Amino acid sequence: MSPLPTDRALLWLGALLYLAGFVTGLLTLVRRSTAAGPRAVLNSLLVAGWIAQMGGLYARGLTSGGCPLGNTFELVQFVAWSAMVLYFFVGTAFRVSLLGLFTAGYAGALALLSLLIPPWDVIHGQKIFGPNPWIELHAALAVFSYGVFGLLALTSVMTLLQNWSLKHKRLTGLFWFLPSVVQLDQINTRMLSLGVLLLTVSLGVGSVWWLRDTASVNLPKLVVTVGVWAVYLVVRLLRWRARLVSVRFAWVCLVMFLLALLSLGPVNSSRPAHQVTLTPIER
Amino acid sequence: MEPTQPLLFLLGASHHTAPLAVREKLSLDQVRAADLAARLQQTAGISEFALLSTCNRVELYGVAGSPDSLAALRIALAETTGCAPADLDGVLQLRQNHEAIAHLFAVSAGLDSQIIGETEILGQVKAAYDGALARQWTGPVLNRVFQKAFQAAKHIRTHTRIGEGQISVASVAVDLAGKIYGDLAPVNVLVVGAGDIGLKTVQAFQSRGARSITVASRTLSKAEETAAAAGGWAASLAELPEILATADIVASSTSAPGFVLTHDLISTAMKRRAARPLFLIDLALPRDIDPAAAALSNVFLYNLDDLAKIAEGNLAQREAEVARCRAIIAERTATLWLQLAPRLSGTR
Repeated sequence: MSPLPTDRALLWLGALLYLAGFVTGLLTLVRRSTAAGPRAVLNSLLVAGWIAQMGGLYARGLTSGGCPLGNTFELVQFVAWSAMVLYFFVGTAFRVSLLGLFTAGYAGALALLSLLIPPWDVIHGQKIFGPNPWIELHAALAVFSYGVFGLLALTSVMTLLQNWSLKHKRLTGLFWFLPSVVQLDQINTRMLSLGVLLLTVSLGVGSVWWLRDTASVNLPKLVVTVGVWAVYLVVRLLRWRARLVSVRFAWVCLVMFLLALLSLGPVNSSRPAHQVTLTPIER
Repeated sequence: MEPTQPLLFLLGASHHTAPLAVREKLSLDQVRAADLAARLQQTAGISEFALLSTCNRVELYGVAGSPDSLAALRIALAETTGCAPADLDGVLQLRQNHEAIAHLFAVSAGLDSQIIGETEILGQVKAAYDGALARQWTGPVLNRVFQKAFQAAKHIRTHTRIGEGQISVASVAVDLAGKIYGDLAPVNVLVVGAGDIGLKTVQAFQSRGARSITVASRTLSKAEETAAAAGGWAASLAELPEILATADIVASSTSAPGFVLTHDLISTAMKRRAARPLFLIDLALPRDIDPAAAALSNVFLYNLDDLAKIAEGNLAQREAEVARCRAIIAERTATLWLQLAPRLSGTR
């Protein structure tokens, strides 16, 4: 038996630490404690979870000889990991109240879900992106942008909750701790810009190689990927022109992310399967 | 005959025991406070004292050599304030030793205030203590009691919900503005109506950092008067459509019989203000703002009833916390009294 924890064990640990952070944050909220202690515990759990998850993904990367984005399980794990990275930056920069709690719940739920659905973790080949590091960068950036859109969906949910509470004059409990409408709108706009930028760069890199070998990407993947990018770009333009604001903007960002998540399936299934043995899943 | 113990005391009147007219008579301005202090210094057996005088209470805290000294205190207070001693019966309350400590702790924490949990009182107690300390009216016992009172007040504020939520209509409105805009410094505040309510609302927003204030009124001269008092701009009601497009917070309190801010007016303004939300506060009766405007996207409309309801909810929440605070005070009082009782015995 190996003395080192397996990739799945680390990913399990990461998910459980995220969920522990979520529970800690929730208890802090219920007790309405404003002390710094529980917040430090929450952030420590999230950092520990993030390190464990990164360790798991790294172990996978070593086994598959590249970025671990070979199946739905890995894609979902990477999206959760990206959201947590962004939380560390956004949460620190903007001091967004409750974002840690929401991100912990979101990343924990995604990570747990991916661990609980064994068919998502299908065996895939080594070096799935071939020898070209640019293709790997393209894939990593694309999935990272999904992480950004995921966090955008979270802040959109916060916007909807805040808007609902202010409209319906229900300002007690969780609602009281939500960030201001203007702050959430600023964050949403910046997250959308960042996500669109990352996805644009990703598609730009990918397109260079696609033009050299148009058969390397099948039509469903091409349509879905470009479709997601185009819709997000349109949303950004509409927001810029102030044609899509407030609640409608938040709803669109939320629905768009759900659709983008669903698109991961077709995108991933279009890749031909190879054979490599990762940590076996007990069935 | 058993020897009498020195005691820590509180003698005073508050809104709980005295109506406003009596509190007015008892209030101690600087001259009266100096006069009373001079009398107390000449009163046999009084070794330490401090005077707390606010709009809701006049209280003397001190250390007396025996209960006999307390009778002289009543006379000194009556003479200073010009009240007949008989008028003070039932008005003045006397608390001794650990009860006096518990009372000071409760006062400092805002538990004994008219508005439960308010923080202004702590500043007033600190000022009273600083004054007494500077004039060397206090000694080791009162110094310790007051320091512990400040610690207890801080602990209670940090560890309970006694200070959570605003409980005045204007403060609730300002808090709500914070939920919408966060920082209030860059927001444009428009006050419609140049009356007293409008001015108070302006002051509440200014206290939280709002700098751009416009006062609009049917009579421009009145608007100018209020705007001058608030350090803002004046406008007439005819200019509302223009101003509304740039205003972030609108507080309306005119005596107009109909809607001053109609649904159409607000709807048109919203089309011109891109993504900025609009916070409407209707402080008038009958209402100034068409309630239908609440349905507009990015518009948040609150009227007097809404604000009062939130304030009442916050107050109820504070009242529910009082028992927890009292328990903290009881525990801290007992600890302090254990330390002070031997020291008081030593001052005999």
